[in-house]
Amino acid sequence: MTKDIILQLSIRSIRLNFLRSLLAALGIVIGVVAISSMGMMGANMTLSVTEELSAMANVLVVKANAGGGGGGMMGPGGGGSGSSSSDDDYISKDQLDDIERAVGQYGLVYPLYQDSETIEVGDKEARATIYGLRDEDMATVLTVEEGALPKTTSSVVVGPSFAERHSLTIGSRITIGDEDDDEAAIQKVRVVGILEEKGMSMDMNTDNAIVMPEKTFVGLFGGESEYDQVNVILNDINDADTATEAIEDQLNRKEDEVTVQDSSRMMESITSTVSTLTTFVMAIAGISLLVAATSIFNVMMMSVTERIREIGILRSIGTRKNEVLRMFIYEAVILGLVGAAIGAIMSLILGWLVVLAMVGTTKYFFTFQSLIYVPMAMVIGIAICIFSGVYPAWRAANLDPIEALRSD
Amino acid sequence: MTAVPVIELQDVTKIYPLPSGDVLALDRLSIRIERGEFVAIMGPSGSGKSTLLNQIGGLDVPTSGILRITGRNIRKMSDDELTDLRLNAIGYIFQKFNLIPLLTAFENVEYPYILKHRCNDTTGRVSKLLNDVGINKRMAKHKPAELSGGQQQRVAIARALVNDPDILLCDEPTGNLDTKTGGQIMEMLTTLHRQGRTVIIVTHDPTVGEQAERIIRIKDGRVDEA
Repeated sequence: MTKDIILQLSIRSIRLNFLRSLLAALGIVIGVVAISSMGMMGANMTLSVTEELSAMANVLVVKANAGGGGGGMMGPGGGGSGSSSSDDDYISKDQLDDIERAVGQYGLVYPLYQDSETIEVGDKEARATIYGLRDEDMATVLTVEEGALPKTTSSVVVGPSFAERHSLTIGSRITIGDEDDDEAAIQKVRVVGILEEKGMSMDMNTDNAIVMPEKTFVGLFGGESEYDQVNVILNDINDADTATEAIEDQLNRKEDEVTVQDSSRMMESITSTVSTLTTFVMAIAGISLLVAATSIFNVMMMSVTERIREIGILRSIGTRKNEVLRMFIYEAVILGLVGAAIGAIMSLILGWLVVLAMVGTTKYFFTFQSLIYVPMAMVIGIAICIFSGVYPAWRAANLDPIEALRSD
Repeated sequence: MTAVPVIELQDVTKIYPLPSGDVLALDRLSIRIERGEFVAIMGPSGSGKSTLLNQIGGLDVPTSGILRITGRNIRKMSDDELTDLRLNAIGYIFQKFNLIPLLTAFENVEYPYILKHRCNDTTGRVSKLLNDVGINKRMAKHKPAELSGGQQQRVAIARALVNDPDILLCDEPTGNLDTKTGGQIMEMLTTLHRQGRTVIIVTHDPTVGEQAERIIRIKDGRVDEA
């Protein structure tokens, strides 16, 4: 018999009612597994999204400021052709040169045109995003999966999703422009290449678009050298702030001509969204611990009720109130410890499977940010156990020993 | 003699407040029990003898009056002090034996020893007491449920003695036993008295009461002088 006879009594009581205690502990197991695997899933998702995003976070997107004083007025080459108001916001050739001067050293600077237009494939009409790129940029910015880059004004490349959606292959023909509108320019083009899948991206989403040479684009939509945006692909993501400042210093000295979107900022907001979602899912998982708490409470109350007479004996032969209290708290703690320990082992297994299924990779599973949820859930589980055990234990300790002795 | 009596009641009154009206269980009861006495407290059921036993045993506190156990007024004690009094000064022997079902016979006897000394018994006292009451080493390893009534009561006596109490308080100690076994238990209590212990037996069985040196009869919460 160990020195602490009170602890010994708790252990024996649990052993005597093994099945009942096991079921109570099972509640804690489930709670711990639910919380920690959800937490691990969130952490792994965050880590994986962060990595995915940081691959493209090295992009600065420069756009003409939508407010007054945009490129339309400043740009001498723009020619202010009197098109619709939204077209006023563009980046001129001079501004592009300024940007190149400011941040050319940090990476690749390339301008692009962007528009959306009605297209016709076969006899089906649809709307498509169309990008226009300078010939010299095409080769550096685009990667062709199949076919080749467009060489003539009647050839284009398309993104893989776009190609799939419209059943396009190399050699397919697309009519760009609304044929019913007499004034609109119409261009029939041929698909000469399908781009490699790029995934989510800040600078341009080529997966679901048509990309054509600058000349073709200008032929369709006009506005030569009136770029919709300028992208800067940084060699080193750590230059993001410096480069942003350099551009703003160069162009926004008098008034805000351009805005620079730093994609690493956007990444932060996405990461925080993921963690908010994780917290929410964990809160739902936490409900299972509430159920576990009820079950522990119930078992503890049963234990107290069944042992009223025993408590009476213990009290009458000289066991103090706090010792009886301790005895029942121990019982709750043991249930919690056992439940949390089993839960921890199972969360490693189940969490791994959940992460594999939901995130698709377990690359980040054995990182601190992910595994921290196991001890965290254990602590919560044990705390809930103790919390549920307090009232039954208090009741046991405060039983009237005479009444308790009298009960059968 | 000026020696402090082991138990002294002066005008002890115990009232149980009930919704249907207060119940007067003890009515200005005054009793003196000296060290080394063998006293039987007798009376019909409802006479208040159980209430008296609970007061003497430190399980309950009188509503008014003075109750001194080994010279200390228990009405001024905290719950923990009363608990320690039960642990150190009083040895209980119950009608239903009241052993702890989770512990073996040996552990049942050792339990109050551990509570008092905060360590296991290394002096061999527990084994000796069990041997004295006729429980051998093999039986001592059994749980109470595996022992007969007589054996359980022997273990209970050993448990009551383990902390060398001032008072042995017996509540119908033979009530759940057959005549023969009951007789053996009474013999043991008589022997303990001869060894100098104060023994108080609460009973309604005249054959048990007769074996005591003095009989205190209780009726309606008072000492029945008749």
